[in-house]
Amino acid sequence: MADAVVDYCRIASLWVRASMAYPASFWMMAVGSFLMTGLDFVAIWVLLRNVDDLGGFSLTEIGFLYGATGLGIAFADLCVGRVERLGQMIRTGRLDTMMTKPVPLLVQVCADEFAPRRFARVLQSSLVFVWAATYVDWTLPRALVAVEMVVSGSVIFFSLFVGLACVQFWTADSTEVANAFTYGGNQVTQFPMSVFPQEIVKALTFVLPIAFVNWYPALFILGRDDPFGLPEWLQLASPVAAALFLGAAALAWRVGVRHYRSTGS
Amino acid sequence: MPLHVAVATRAFKRYSTYVGATLAGIFTNCVFGVILCFVYLEVWGANPDAGGYDASDAVTYVWLGQAMIMTVAVWGGGSPDDLAERIRSGDVVIDLYRPVGILGWYLSADLGRAAYHLLTRGLAPTVVGGLLFDLRYPADPLTWLVLLAAVPVAVTVSFGLRMLASLTAFWLLDDVGPRMLLGFAALFFSGLTVPLVILPGGLRELAMALPWATFLQVPADIWLGKRTGLEVVEGLAFMGGWAVVLLAACAWVLHRAERRVVVQGG
Repeated sequence: MADAVVDYCRIASLWVRASMAYPASFWMMAVGSFLMTGLDFVAIWVLLRNVDDLGGFSLTEIGFLYGATGLGIAFADLCVGRVERLGQMIRTGRLDTMMTKPVPLLVQVCADEFAPRRFARVLQSSLVFVWAATYVDWTLPRALVAVEMVVSGSVIFFSLFVGLACVQFWTADSTEVANAFTYGGNQVTQFPMSVFPQEIVKALTFVLPIAFVNWYPALFILGRDDPFGLPEWLQLASPVAAALFLGAAALAWRVGVRHYRSTGS
Repeated sequence: MPLHVAVATRAFKRYSTYVGATLAGIFTNCVFGVILCFVYLEVWGANPDAGGYDASDAVTYVWLGQAMIMTVAVWGGGSPDDLAERIRSGDVVIDLYRPVGILGWYLSADLGRAAYHLLTRGLAPTVVGGLLFDLRYPADPLTWLVLLAAVPVAVTVSFGLRMLASLTAFWLLDDVGPRMLLGFAALFFSGLTVPLVILPGGLRELAMALPWATFLQVPADIWLGKRTGLEVVEGLAFMGGWAVVLLAACAWVLHRAERRVVVQGG
């Protein structure tokens, strides 16, 4: 495991240097990415200017939800976002070259063309999160749950990225279904679940447990009652959801690699 | 002209090859559409006439937005991206010695692409949205005709902007940065994240005057009947004006860029 991390960092640092070869482009991309993700929050702010609250939640509380899910997807995207390009690597035969190298395949795929501009998203989400956190009434258990929330959220998005990319072992294309779950999952958790019908919330809790990215831990941290009256222990169950996601993703990856046959020459 | 029609039909066919990608894209549009609808219903439930829209208008707006994302290529892409790649690789030289203008060629290709995306990723999510939510449709056949005319103009405006970003590759070689900044501006100022009508005063005036308003807000207002009579003509003139200005800007930049091209070897 430690070896894999070292390998990852080595490959990533190569790509950091490479992306600095065009500094003007790098800075434009970093600023662009910062602004682009920031606009999501501006949009929420605009919506909230027209109403007092959204689903019973104030702007600062929504900012907390937004920051938490933003950090989750930002960390996952930073580390493994490149796995989206798996299909392209299969088509061009890059994956075959990677398989011959003595570094875990997933590490190579994810570290390939590591993009430091993705730090911009981490920064943007952190700013909103920290701002929103100043309105929270902090206690020690709440702080611990906050840490657990960000870690679990990152793991859930990490698993979504990797697990859904595995579809490309079969299709060698079509990354957009994955977007519906990764970026769609991010979008849906930017808002309080109370906005959505009960059936959707239950599906996001028990079928595809994306609501654990921020909603349940945030209810605990913000000291709010569950608007749907679901059991309170769910608010501390995010690590369980994250573990399930991770297990499913690991399984998908294994099956995918096993199934993989090169596209040939 | 027959040549440009041929280029457009080839582009249409090129995109229609990827059925899987299209279906996946439609699914994604539907997911995002549903999420936004519930959020908007909550907002308009609490404030029933925010921005002069009612709940039904707002929900319709969401699906029009999903239909336009790919059609006007809000996030970039389409033929200007191909050109940027050709500038980097040097293949642009082949484009330059063709006996037809680059702009016309690439615009036709982009309109062909847009037609395909309108018929698939525009139509399908709107049908799904119409089944799930209570949408509003124009009653007057004339409105449909106006909209049919407005969409290619919106695509042309978007093409002009994307082309300007791609042409920076002549100077920067790597045009990803400008394209990304453009995408950021387009995403917000097109009204895709929130309808421009609910923006606060000054920002709203600004957004309504920028070219991105032609992507979604102006056509949507025509669809929803928020613009009637002379205002429709005014809206179309606004869109046409931006299209002309941007194409002229592209032509000028292209003219400057041609002086920079150096052909290596032979």
